[in-house]
Amino acid sequence: MSLPATDMAAVEASPVIVDPSHKRRRFRFLTSAKAASGLVIIGFFVVLAIIGPWIAPYNPDKRGNDLVKGPSWHHWFGTTHLGQDIFSQVIVGTRAVVYVGFLASLIAGVLSVLVGVTAGYLGGIIDDLLSSLTNVFLVIPGLLLIVIITVSIPTVTNTVIAIVIGVTSWAWGARVLRAQTMSLRRRDYIEASRATGETTWRIICFEVMPNLSAIIASGFVGTAIYAVLSEITLAFIGIGGNAGWNWGTILYWAQGQAALPRGAWWWFLPASFAIALLGTGLALLNFGIDEFISPRLRSSGKTSIKMLNGRKVRMRVGFTPVLSSPALTSASGGRSDRTIEGAA
Amino acid sequence: MKHLLRRIGFYLFTAWAAITVNFFVPRLVPGDPVSSLLARYQGEMSTNAIHSLRVLFGLDKNQSLLQQYVSYWGQLFHGNLGLSFKHFPTPVLSVIHQTLPWTLCLVGITTIASFVLGTGLGVVAGWRRGTWVDGLLPVTTFLQSVPYFALGMLLIAFVTGPGSYFPSGGGYSPGAIPGWHWGFITTAVRHSVLPALTILITSVAGWILGMRNMMVTVASEDYITVAHAKGLSDRRVMVNYAARNALLPSISGFALSLGFIVGGAFLVEIVFSYPGIGSELFSAVEAKDYPLLQGIFLIITLSVLAANFIADLVYMFLDPRTRKEA
Repeated sequence: MSLPATDMAAVEASPVIVDPSHKRRRFRFLTSAKAASGLVIIGFFVVLAIIGPWIAPYNPDKRGNDLVKGPSWHHWFGTTHLGQDIFSQVIVGTRAVVYVGFLASLIAGVLSVLVGVTAGYLGGIIDDLLSSLTNVFLVIPGLLLIVIITVSIPTVTNTVIAIVIGVTSWAWGARVLRAQTMSLRRRDYIEASRATGETTWRIICFEVMPNLSAIIASGFVGTAIYAVLSEITLAFIGIGGNAGWNWGTILYWAQGQAALPRGAWWWFLPASFAIALLGTGLALLNFGIDEFISPRLRSSGKTSIKMLNGRKVRMRVGFTPVLSSPALTSASGGRSDRTIEGAA
Repeated sequence: MKHLLRRIGFYLFTAWAAITVNFFVPRLVPGDPVSSLLARYQGEMSTNAIHSLRVLFGLDKNQSLLQQYVSYWGQLFHGNLGLSFKHFPTPVLSVIHQTLPWTLCLVGITTIASFVLGTGLGVVAGWRRGTWVDGLLPVTTFLQSVPYFALGMLLIAFVTGPGSYFPSGGGYSPGAIPGWHWGFITTAVRHSVLPALTILITSVAGWILGMRNMMVTVASEDYITVAHAKGLSDRRVMVNYAARNALLPSISGFALSLGFIVGGAFLVEIVFSYPGIGSELFSAVEAKDYPLLQGIFLIITLSVLAANFIADLVYMFLDPRTRKEA
């Protein structure tokens, strides 16, 4: 039972843009809607982080006479118990969030590459030691470790927080990189470069690393989500309060000044929404990268099509086609609308 | 058996590492916050209690680091974690003893529920890829990005309030006497519905996505084709052939994400002022109660290790390959 050619054409109808230029191909993953919308969201917050303190209508610390007032023309997001403008606090706070997220994932990214690639490529006793270290950091509750360390440091700045988060959150990336490096290590082109006498470090830097770039990028974005959430959490429980405003600080005051029982929803809603939006942007970008690495994960578009004889066929990528004859189906339960699996 | 011994060895090593970190953090960090607190409580503390705090935080500068380390371990084996400053003069261990059961119940039950629910939904989402189920994925992405405490605040703001069935905070009604009797259990359950819901909603998304991706990978394996070709029902192939094999990475993921979930659950406790370890941690940070913080870190890390070990045992039961190595 072969499918009519017209139906196959319908399935492959999604336009494939073939662009001969090299540059276009390299950034092909940006054409995915997920990655693109993720980047737009992240870009928005990065711009806000840079220009935030200039465009904020008020000084976020400046007290006013309107105490705990809802959103108005003068204060778009309302005011706090001291009459501070919440809109300005959210805008000014963006910088600390983006800065810590970026610096922490940079530190964690470098550490995970160092540990993961070294362990995966060298193997043996070094691998055993480094993987045990990785697993230890994976199992210990990271947030508690960060709290324990930051609480003991006398003056906590944003940079200190970023370093502590970065140093404690590299393990997941290292684990993924190690697995991928181990699979790359035995490939022919690596063996070939070893045979031609390239040094180990040259092989790691110029043969292995380029093939890990997508995974490194994905790990970077994943750590950024974690770092942003950790930083906001720290501020929320009151650590690093003198490091300036960030979204967690706003929530800390909202929680401490009983914004909820007072019904002051404007106090915590904008900051929470900003966190969720930035997190979603990062997660979308991460999915874009993941799907770029592994095309199977892509959500396929419309897969249910009607055949000429009126039966519905569901096309599923990844499934090997198994066509069941109507006689068998009726014998095994009689589902008349049984779908036929087909490979696109 | 060899595998089991290796895992036990690993957990012992991790426990040692966590305790050693706990030993070194107050000694390496500049500043000496405990001394000032000690000075403040000098008159009210027994010499014994002062000594134990000096050992925990390394205040005896005339001892070598090795001597400090040995006496630190000796003190841990006696279960002595020092006195809490905030609940002065209650020992840290009994503060933790009062709050840990609340956290264990809340986090334990919701984590398992979220794992089961998320994995089940993930099985369906992976199997029905390309149908309307894919539309749920962006929703889960968004939910996963919402911090636990933000969702908790939203729930308090919009679900609780005057006349609502759900209380906005606390672990039980103010008048109820804690104990194993019906009246107390019902009020405790009523108070834990919203915190549990918060943890469930934010943590379920991760399981759905992980399981979906594994299902998509497994679905193209040859044995799935064989099962289809044998004419087995779609449902049977999905559950008994695909899901069974896709489940293994989810279980090892369960162990690793536990530490993360515990951190998030603490925040939920803070928002709902639930009488568990998380709220205790929050007030310990505020009061700069270092002995209590260190004790919480130690106990929670050991609990997470124990939970990981159980997950390992389950994994060995499910995956014959780990047993075969012996």
